[in-house]
Amino acid sequence: MTIEYSGIFGRLSWESFPIAGLIQSPNANEIVANAAAAIVIVGAIAVIGLLTWFRLWGPLWRDWLTSADHKKIGIMYIVFAIVMLARGVLEGVVMRAQQAAGPGEGFLEAEHFAELFSTHGTIMIFFVAVPFVFGIANFLVPLMIGARDVAFPVMNQISLGLTVSAGMMLMVSLVVGEFSTGGWTAYPPYTGAAFNPGVGPDYWIWAIVVSGIGTTLTGINFAVTIYKLRAPGMTFMRLPMYCWTIICSSILIVFAMPPLGVAALMLAADRYLDFHFFTNDLGGNMMNYANLFWLFGHPEVYLLVLPAYGIYSEIFATFSAKRLYGYNSLVIATMSIAVMSFTVWLHHFFTMGQSALINAVFGIATMLIAIPTGVKVYDWMATLFRGRIRFSVPMLYGLAFLMLFVIGGLSGVLLANPTLDYQVHNTLFLVAHFHNVLLPGVLFGLLAGYNYWFPKAFGFRLNEAWGRLTVVLWTVGFMLTFLPLYFVGLMGMPRRSFSWEDPSFHPYMIVAALGSLVLLSALLAVVAQLWISIRDREKTRVPVGDPWDARTLEWSTPAPPPPYNFAIIPNVTERDDFAAAKERNEAYPQPEAYEDILLPRNTAIGFVLCVFSGVWMFALVWWIWWLAALMSVLIVVAFIAWTFQTDTEVVIPATEVRKQHEAWLEIVRNSDPVNRDHECAPENRGLARPDMEATT
Amino acid sequence: MKRAPTHSYPGLNLGRRHPEADKASEVVTFGFWVFLMSDLVYFGLMFAIYITMIDAQAGGPGPHELFNLKSIFAQTLILLTSSLTVGLAMLALKYNLPRSRIVMWFGVTLVLGLSFLVLEMSDFMAMAEKGGIPQRSGFLSAFYGLVPLHGLHVAAGCIWLIVLGIQLRVFGLTDLLMSRVVRLALFWHFLDLIWIGIITIVYFGGLAYG
Amino acid sequence: MAHFRVSSAVLPIAALVLTAGLFAHVAHAADSFLEPQGPIAAVQKTHLVRATLLILIAVVPVLCLVPLIAIRYRRRKQSQSAYAPNWDFSARLEFLMWGVPVVIVAVLSFYLWKATHRLDPYANSFGEAPAINVQVVGLDWKWLFIYPDHGIATVGEFGIPVGQQVAITLTTDTVMQSFMIPALAGQIYAMPGMTTQLHLVANTPKTMQGENTQYNGRGFTKQKFLTQAMQLQDFDAWVNSVRANGIPLTTETYKTLAMRTDRDEVQAALGTATMPLNALYFTLDDGDLFHSILHRYHSGQPLSVAQQPGTVSYGQESGQ
Repeated sequence: MTIEYSGIFGRLSWESFPIAGLIQSPNANEIVANAAAAIVIVGAIAVIGLLTWFRLWGPLWRDWLTSADHKKIGIMYIVFAIVMLARGVLEGVVMRAQQAAGPGEGFLEAEHFAELFSTHGTIMIFFVAVPFVFGIANFLVPLMIGARDVAFPVMNQISLGLTVSAGMMLMVSLVVGEFSTGGWTAYPPYTGAAFNPGVGPDYWIWAIVVSGIGTTLTGINFAVTIYKLRAPGMTFMRLPMYCWTIICSSILIVFAMPPLGVAALMLAADRYLDFHFFTNDLGGNMMNYANLFWLFGHPEVYLLVLPAYGIYSEIFATFSAKRLYGYNSLVIATMSIAVMSFTVWLHHFFTMGQSALINAVFGIATMLIAIPTGVKVYDWMATLFRGRIRFSVPMLYGLAFLMLFVIGGLSGVLLANPTLDYQVHNTLFLVAHFHNVLLPGVLFGLLAGYNYWFPKAFGFRLNEAWGRLTVVLWTVGFMLTFLPLYFVGLMGMPRRSFSWEDPSFHPYMIVAALGSLVLLSALLAVVAQLWISIRDREKTRVPVGDPWDARTLEWSTPAPPPPYNFAIIPNVTERDDFAAAKERNEAYPQPEAYEDILLPRNTAIGFVLCVFSGVWMFALVWWIWWLAALMSVLIVVAFIAWTFQTDTEVVIPATEVRKQHEAWLEIVRNSDPVNRDHECAPENRGLARPDMEATT
Repeated sequence: MKRAPTHSYPGLNLGRRHPEADKASEVVTFGFWVFLMSDLVYFGLMFAIYITMIDAQAGGPGPHELFNLKSIFAQTLILLTSSLTVGLAMLALKYNLPRSRIVMWFGVTLVLGLSFLVLEMSDFMAMAEKGGIPQRSGFLSAFYGLVPLHGLHVAAGCIWLIVLGIQLRVFGLTDLLMSRVVRLALFWHFLDLIWIGIITIVYFGGLAYG
Repeated sequence: MAHFRVSSAVLPIAALVLTAGLFAHVAHAADSFLEPQGPIAAVQKTHLVRATLLILIAVVPVLCLVPLIAIRYRRRKQSQSAYAPNWDFSARLEFLMWGVPVVIVAVLSFYLWKATHRLDPYANSFGEAPAINVQVVGLDWKWLFIYPDHGIATVGEFGIPVGQQVAITLTTDTVMQSFMIPALAGQIYAMPGMTTQLHLVANTPKTMQGENTQYNGRGFTKQKFLTQAMQLQDFDAWVNSVRANGIPLTTETYKTLAMRTDRDEVQAALGTATMPLNALYFTLDDGDLFHSILHRYHSGQPLSVAQQPGTVSYGQESGQ
């Protein structure tokens, strides 16, 4: 096979665009591919059009794209994650529809289906879960530990830029060329140059490498932030549980992202430079890839789920109106999960032919993780016990999580048994298992956190009724879609099958497809909830900032918080300091004096690196060498030029701080405190009153 | 925000005399340590890959045919000496010597770094003449995945030396630049550490087991 | 808002009932280890049930207690339930929370250790009769079964004698694949240039499906085969019939076989009137085909795409 190549456009040609395929052979498969490309293009044009129409380019640039404020960066991460989530869910629905069509039926071609499961996995892990998790962390961590920003605000902006540009590569792959068909794990030799000479695996490689660099920088940033920027008195054992999970997550990133980078770059060396790391011939060994990938891959799932555990910990305490039960236990459990997650990677390939001894050791190591995880679940139940539980949206997500997550734990421990793994590895049982931990575990946690902290970020609450509807839809959708897959998996249906023959699979596939439609409606309900909440925002304002009678430091600030977070850096005296202050009636103290505050100045470096790295990746994928070289130089030059910038901070004068803070204190004094009966009523302005009504 | 030139560099012993710059520098320096830790994992994995692939020579040339210990010895001496000169730049900073002294030691380090790179390149070229190219075998892929990665770090360090040298001339010894000098020195010593690993595992290990 | 509350309780329960109905349906799962046809799959099924029950000791309390606690301690007017806002530790409870999972995991680990060693795919733990040796080669997209002791090879049909140990050695001549006959034993990877092993035994004469579970391209879902477990005399007859109806597996034939084709496509190219519709029969010459396939990746010479089975360019004359 010859690949056409030109000096200027590399291997890019008319044939690279899906529309060429539609013209050549119009069929259902090409129509789906073109519809996807059209959605990307129309979506991009719509965004550009709206921004131009409402003259928002200036504010977007000044207030968002160049901002180094951790809160804004966090919000941008989450917006990006939700856009990518929409694509991931749609892909899931298309795949379920294909499999529900009947034995040997379906409207997609095999390769197209393979692209779908590859992008679905890649997007959901790297461009939904990671940015959503760290979007929330970005917004929260400095507020929770009493800091003005993260340790490296500009590096934070760069992380966002790299994550977004890498995610954009997946969007571009819909319109130009095709994505990898090798799954999110991209095992060679299948993804090697011999078997897959096209651009697909290259899109995967560069998206993974660049987003991996972004994530590594994020991990460094948050580890340092929590280690070094805690407010006076905020000792480690006074940290909110959520911050503990973010420390662990950050440490996991620092150690676990390098294996992924190494694996992806070695694959790139094989594909681009004819190296022999993973090739069939000349001593290459694909088993090294499996080890490297899962040396990353297993800690990865914990670095996603630990922050969700943190979110649940905060939510269970707040909505039970209690202290978190077993703080020490939870800290120990979190740390042990983080450490142990590095010792179990081999369970992803029990079937590669190791000795029984090795499999048994790794199987037992895997089951050991179930111990601290189980302890966490019991700790949360003890937190609910003897509380005053309010079934607000975050709590409903939390309860759904507790019930469904243990089922994922059950299947997880089963998979830890090598003998059972021999049977259900690579089947839909495995697919059901990891969706069972990633949906109720991670996604529910993130959505719970989104509902919980939304009023803090934007100053008004989300619609409660629609929120409950989203919980129901996600829960039902999850159960219908994924519980049937457990059974089909036990019956031996391989994952990644674009068709199947055994008629007994059919009812399961139909139920799963219906479930995926429920999941799609859940996503639409999330959008509707946001839309309605924005429309009704005047009735749900919480300027005082504590709508849930919550416990941790971030709730002691205005909603939305000022750019500097705290007019005066708080002095922490105990765990759940804000709850204690409210109990002592000492919340919202009057500062004695104000000081000038230094904040990071806006900078375009993150945006510039986002664009340059995006073009760089595109050039590499399409072998446009001159452009790739040019971009490499520009990236280095832009970075060096940035280091010449010395005036990196702005001063907010004490008088300005005083003005803003006193105005807010005035609002606090003029607001009526409400008890929990009125939590969801317009009276709730974010000032909580001790809640004695519900107690005899 | 101007600071008097009598202050020493932030980091090791500044605390008493200049607490704020010291505190700011501590955060950044700690962050840099964390980064180095992550980078170390990269190298650690490449070492592991090299060890697993030491037998994957696929009939191609192996360590005995390819490695030139004399040149490695010279490279080692040069790189260790460059660590000394970076250390001297740090001492110049600590004892408030004129900043031209720091820039001078940077210059010496740069020359040493560049000569290391030249020697390394000529090694690679000599290897290539004997058929030792990365396309030949898994073993050579692992070698070229690891040793030039270190070389790339040295090259990055050289660019950093130049940029920081220029910045010292333009801006003088500001707090920010002093803390950058500390970090550059850390980075340079880190490269030395990796190099020790390379001569031990890649070269000696390769010759012993390859 | 009331209807949301009602639906929030009803819908998940309805979903559960529906999936429970599907579970009942699983009882008819032919071709899976839930209806084991050999001792290995039977032990796997027992292990599945035992492990599930043990884990349920930890899971069921959560499933029962979470709704109970949520209802009993919900915030309501004049609640009679206890309220302990500052209660955050109990040594006794802590002991239980850590102790119960530790005990369960310890028991599970014991069974895991035993089962993993007993069911080691490399070990010959079950059949007492002498082993039948089969070499399996994964191709895109079919499995080639080589019977070196019988001088035959097949595609699409895997004949084995009942009650005898079948010792399988696997490799692939393309990308990595995963070989599995669920009703008999679990899966094992087959990788180019490397061998793995799998042992299995069938109890009763039966036809069972086997498959590849590792995605490897367009024909992935067609990479299935029928495992025919037969009584010994039937097996011998089958071997003779393969020998009688098979075509010689020459280098040229192998090249056609190893192309990037699914079984139907290769059937059209190589099938003869005397072979079954969904199988190909071959006779072997003296050469050691399996090891020559392995050797392809250890020759010390680079392998161009034209020489690599499973690539688009395989079999084409290379430009040089």
